[in-house]
Amino acid sequence: MALKMVKGSIDRMFDKNLQDLVRGIRNHKEDEAKYISQCIDEIKQELKQDNIAVKANAVCKLTYLQMLGYDISWAAFNIIEVMSASKFTFKRIGYLAASQCFHEGTDVIMLTTNQIRKDLSSPNQYDTGVALTGLSCFVTPDLARDLANDIMTLMSHTKPYIRKKAVLIMYKVFLKYPESLRPAFPRLKEKLEDPDPGVQSAAVNVICELARRNPKNYLSLAPLFFKLMTSSTNNWVLIKIIKLASILHFVYRIRFGALTPLEPRLGKKLIEPLTNLIHSTSAMSLLYECVNTVIAVLISLSSGMPNHSASIQLCVQKLRILIEDSDQNLKYLGLLAMSKILKTHPKSVQSHKDLILQCLDDKDESIRLRALDLLYGMVSKKNLMEIVKKLMIHVDKAEGTTYRDELLTKIIDICSQSNYQYITNFEWYISILVELTRLEGTRHGHLIAAQMLDVAIRVKAIRKFAVSQMAMLLDNAHLIASNTQRNGICEVLYAAAWICGEFSEHLEEANQTLEAMLRPKVTTLPGHIQAVYVQNMVKLYASILQQKEQAGEKEAAQEITQLMIERLPQFVQSADLEVQERASCILQLIKYIQKLQVKEVPVAEEVIALFAGELNPVAPKAQKKVPVPEGLDLDAWINEPPSDSESEDEKPKTIFHEEEQRHSRHRQPEIDEEELARRREARKQEQANNPFYIKSSPSPQKRYQDTPGVEHIPVVQIDLSVPLKVPGMPMSDQYVKLEEERRHKQKLEKDKKKKKQKKEKRGKHHRHNSLHTESEEDIAPAHHVDIITEEMPENALPSDEDDKDPNDPYKALDIDLDKPLADSEKLPVQRHRNVETLKSPDSEVPLVEKKSKKPKKKEKKHKDKERDKGKKKEKEKKVVEEEEEEEKKGEDLDFWLSTAPPTAPTPQPQKSSKHKKKKHKKEKEEKSKDKKKSKKKSHHSEEEPPESVQNGTLEDEPLPPMSSYRLLAENPYIKMTYDIQGNLQNDSQVTVSVIFENKSTSFLKSMELNVLDSLNTKMLRPEGSSVHDGIPVPFQLPPGISNEAQFVFTLQSIVMAQKLKGTLSFIVKNDEGSTHEKLDFKLHFSCASYLITTPCYSDAFAKLLESGDLHMSSIKVDGISISFQHLLAKICFHHHFSVVERVDSCASMYSRSIQGHHVCLLVKKGENSVSIDGKCNDSTLLSNLLDEMKETLSKC
Amino acid sequence: LFETLRLRLTLFFFPLLPIQQMQFMLLFSRQGKLRLQKWYVPLSDKEKKKITRELVQTVLARKPKMCSFLEWRDLKIVYKRYASLYFCCAIEDQDNELITLEIIHRYVELLDKYFGSVCELDIIFNFEKAYFILDEFLLGGEVQETSKKNVLKAIEQADLLQEVSKSNFSGRSVSMVVVTQKLHVPLSF
Repeated sequence: MALKMVKGSIDRMFDKNLQDLVRGIRNHKEDEAKYISQCIDEIKQELKQDNIAVKANAVCKLTYLQMLGYDISWAAFNIIEVMSASKFTFKRIGYLAASQCFHEGTDVIMLTTNQIRKDLSSPNQYDTGVALTGLSCFVTPDLARDLANDIMTLMSHTKPYIRKKAVLIMYKVFLKYPESLRPAFPRLKEKLEDPDPGVQSAAVNVICELARRNPKNYLSLAPLFFKLMTSSTNNWVLIKIIKLASILHFVYRIRFGALTPLEPRLGKKLIEPLTNLIHSTSAMSLLYECVNTVIAVLISLSSGMPNHSASIQLCVQKLRILIEDSDQNLKYLGLLAMSKILKTHPKSVQSHKDLILQCLDDKDESIRLRALDLLYGMVSKKNLMEIVKKLMIHVDKAEGTTYRDELLTKIIDICSQSNYQYITNFEWYISILVELTRLEGTRHGHLIAAQMLDVAIRVKAIRKFAVSQMAMLLDNAHLIASNTQRNGICEVLYAAAWICGEFSEHLEEANQTLEAMLRPKVTTLPGHIQAVYVQNMVKLYASILQQKEQAGEKEAAQEITQLMIERLPQFVQSADLEVQERASCILQLIKYIQKLQVKEVPVAEEVIALFAGELNPVAPKAQKKVPVPEGLDLDAWINEPPSDSESEDEKPKTIFHEEEQRHSRHRQPEIDEEELARRREARKQEQANNPFYIKSSPSPQKRYQDTPGVEHIPVVQIDLSVPLKVPGMPMSDQYVKLEEERRHKQKLEKDKKKKKQKKEKRGKHHRHNSLHTESEEDIAPAHHVDIITEEMPENALPSDEDDKDPNDPYKALDIDLDKPLADSEKLPVQRHRNVETLKSPDSEVPLVEKKSKKPKKKEKKHKDKERDKGKKKEKEKKVVEEEEEEEKKGEDLDFWLSTAPPTAPTPQPQKSSKHKKKKHKKEKEEKSKDKKKSKKKSHHSEEEPPESVQNGTLEDEPLPPMSSYRLLAENPYIKMTYDIQGNLQNDSQVTVSVIFENKSTSFLKSMELNVLDSLNTKMLRPEGSSVHDGIPVPFQLPPGISNEAQFVFTLQSIVMAQKLKGTLSFIVKNDEGSTHEKLDFKLHFSCASYLITTPCYSDAFAKLLESGDLHMSSIKVDGISISFQHLLAKICFHHHFSVVERVDSCASMYSRSIQGHHVCLLVKKGENSVSIDGKCNDSTLLSNLLDEMKETLSKC
Repeated sequence: LFETLRLRLTLFFFPLLPIQQMQFMLLFSRQGKLRLQKWYVPLSDKEKKKITRELVQTVLARKPKMCSFLEWRDLKIVYKRYASLYFCCAIEDQDNELITLEIIHRYVELLDKYFGSVCELDIIFNFEKAYFILDEFLLGGEVQETSKKNVLKAIEQADLLQEVSKSNFSGRSVSMVVVTQKLHVPLSF
């Protein structure tokens, strides 16, 4: 028995398995850390043993500890050991541990490469699977590069289990090693139609992700996805496809323009299957996805689609079902989607107001928040009060401050939207704002304050009421500011003080308010609020003074002055500079007033004049809109520049005086009356000249005589028949009630007029009903309060700019297009690796090239790294060049050229082929044929180039005949040759002239030329035709006749050569009948074709070189035997240059691209070689041009 | 001009484009103890811990009747509680919440099928199995197998390769009321 126990404990010690560990941790709740550190020590011991089973067990335990948050990176090497165990049990644990704790920074990860490769090719699919799963978690760029090929092979594995994993992991590989994308893409595309749905869905997933990162390359897949969308039955896959389809739709739209007639059709094409799915599916997730996509697409569609509103309606209906569902999740999502619709189709959402209002009562806060978002678009004149009342109740009930703050901002948003459009009763609104100030701990005091100010300033009729409310607030300031820690709300005192001061004439008990403002407690408020207090108490004081003086109560007036003098010093001592400065200034002023008062001089008029004038809102664009009077040149100097200090002011003395005053204000307390008057005058002057300070009417210098001044603004008197106070209810509620009654009364009156038909039905009990059946126009606002319109200068031009609808769907498109692209905005671009650093096979190198280079490469690789390449080479061949995007071809070409020996022939042979291996030889043949032809062609010319001698200082040496026309394609029927000319008038167009020669004895007609546009280069097609439409050749060809047609292409970037695939289709008609024929071709836009021969004078040329903003590059070509004269002529002719200067065997040449790049060349001829130094604005363009030149010269 | 305009538009729409990739999945108990974590985005350990702590707190603070979604940082969190365990996933803004919820549910179903009415204890003591199942179901944050049967088949066959010697369920002897509560997998979602 004892022995057994001992044995057990020994077992435990040496072989504590995972379960023991877990149990142990649970039993050591108190000293868990200690227990675990003990376990880790044990594990370290176990890891030292040779037995792999023990090690695996240890690693398994470590993985558990890792999950608990312990660092196990020290065991990385042991994990690798376990990964390489031969037994699946251990391997699995090893890979799990690795996937949990390895990351890019783990240095031992590079040791795993071979092990993983071995596992990937293991005959056991689960070994492979486990390796793939692990790899998906810790793939690094190195691993991705080294294993890309192995994984790509696995994409065609016989077992779907492996295929789908390989496809999915390919995405991670692309991310880490983007170069693998191009070679792997064709195979990935194949997987879209894999017989196994799992693999198919994996491929959709990956392509969806890829398309998200760089959508334009996947447009060609759009038709396939549309097909899948209508045929697939697997919801998981469908959701992905829908996502992808919508991505592609967006890109398609963007690429081919939202303005083409094609676009709505496309949208429709997407919408149709989606609406079908919406109708038919019972899966909520799919429904939701479809609805979301439809919304996104419809929002984006520029022109109205025929079924546009029907689709929106359908979505809204479905969303209603979601919102009505008892499932909180669906409710939430329904509201979320609704808010997306609200932005563009507020009407459709508004009809579901009832539902959204219901959601405000939901017990789930997140749902209420969503509903709040929607409310913004829900309100109308008739229901605003109702809604806000509801919100106020929530405010009272709300527990968390975040939710309450959210409510507060929403209330303000809702009420203030579109210039208080929906507020019929501003008294109500002010009381709401005042009620909101009772909120504790809100962060949004400043919001409330801003609203108070705004309303009080803009709604003239409400000022009296506002002032009374504000006075109350000031009186109760101690409640609001009782705790400055939870501050926020004390901001409203800022507004209250200002309103009371500015509109003090409306204040009934000004004395009391002034006293409230002078309380010592005020000094605990934040500085900026105190400053406003100080300033406004003077305004208040001034109006009290006036009041008292008018009433002849001199003593009362003196009393109030005394009060000020007593209390102000507390502000003079303030630590806040602003408060201090204002207070001391005002204190002096009041002391002066006191002196006058003692002398019994009436001062009120003077004091009140300090604050004369009224503040009106000015439209934000008013300044801009001030029309420039005729004959006024704003750019001309008004005076001579140096004398501006004199011209500035007619009363320099005053200014000077004031300045002095400020410096010595403590020593010179007395300000004489004259000075005061002068200041006043200056102030008025300034006001009059300040466009932001609109003067009241009595101003003698009123600037805009015809502007509707304040007094012109129609302000209807408040209907004071409405009783203001109903005891026992919170303020704002009274208004709601009153409003109801009023409306009810209105209604009744109206109904009476309408023969009292439905009067009974619309009692108070049915108020909800009655409110909803009323039409908007029926509600006459209680106080017909006009909001003072923002003032505009005289003759301001009405412009659309101002009236932008905030819900305008295109507003989002209002982007500054002239701003240069920031780096972060740039689309991800795949780049080639340099040949030198190329460690893995790069299939972008055309085959021909590869073959010749193979042995060399092999050697290099063997030297460089010990990776097994044999297998790779096999694959390399398979993957070669089935490439998709034309634009890439240009790059390919460069790549190819740069690695090619200088004797490389024309870069024609890159034809995409599906039977790569077979085509291989053919291509080579073709190439040599091409070469011959081009040589042949260059000998028998068709026209003598005029350019060659155009502007050169060339001697009259006979030149070999040259032709710029190159072979495009040829078959027994027809031969096409072409030339490309830049168009100087249009910087993004080139004209391609094609000569069609009928070689047969038949009649050729209905010729149609079509090219596959690339992103960069597009054929200009007539308005309304799609990209797939060809352009008809405007003539027919009788046997043996040739004719020329021109096609215009638009280009975006011209720094690279481009190749476009195209087809000429035509009908051959002879005695036997007519047949349809096709001829494929490749149109090669060399960089030289973007250049336009432009003469340049040597001094301009020198200046250009000096400017220093040109990039430099040079080439050297050996084995040139032709004369320098011929050489220059060749460059002039083939590359569109002109000779600037020529000295012996040295010449400078110049050309310009259609986009205005300057290209300068210095050509020097040596014994048997030519060196060309080039300078150009764009280094890519230059290097491409030089490469082309090298090629031309190497043929000489 | 049009080309640049289009390019701009592409860039403009770029952030709007939908994304579907799960960022991470966490399993934790009602007491806030982490039971499983799987990260599909590379993050530092420190960051992971911070996120976990923050999320566990946030989710546990939610009331039972609240909906399963919350916005957190710039991500959306989708969580669901099964008995004593919270399953919590982070997805990106444009992702489909419902499908994520289905993924969670599917995973729970898989666990349930595999362990035979699963409880938290099964996951604690056989956490590696829970990972294996998850890895068969999701790969790199994407659903790799939509058929339950196939996932289970793969796991079972892989298990066959494993030695059978260990008694997997010895942990059951610990009786803890909370932990042995079944996850109650409803039959249909």
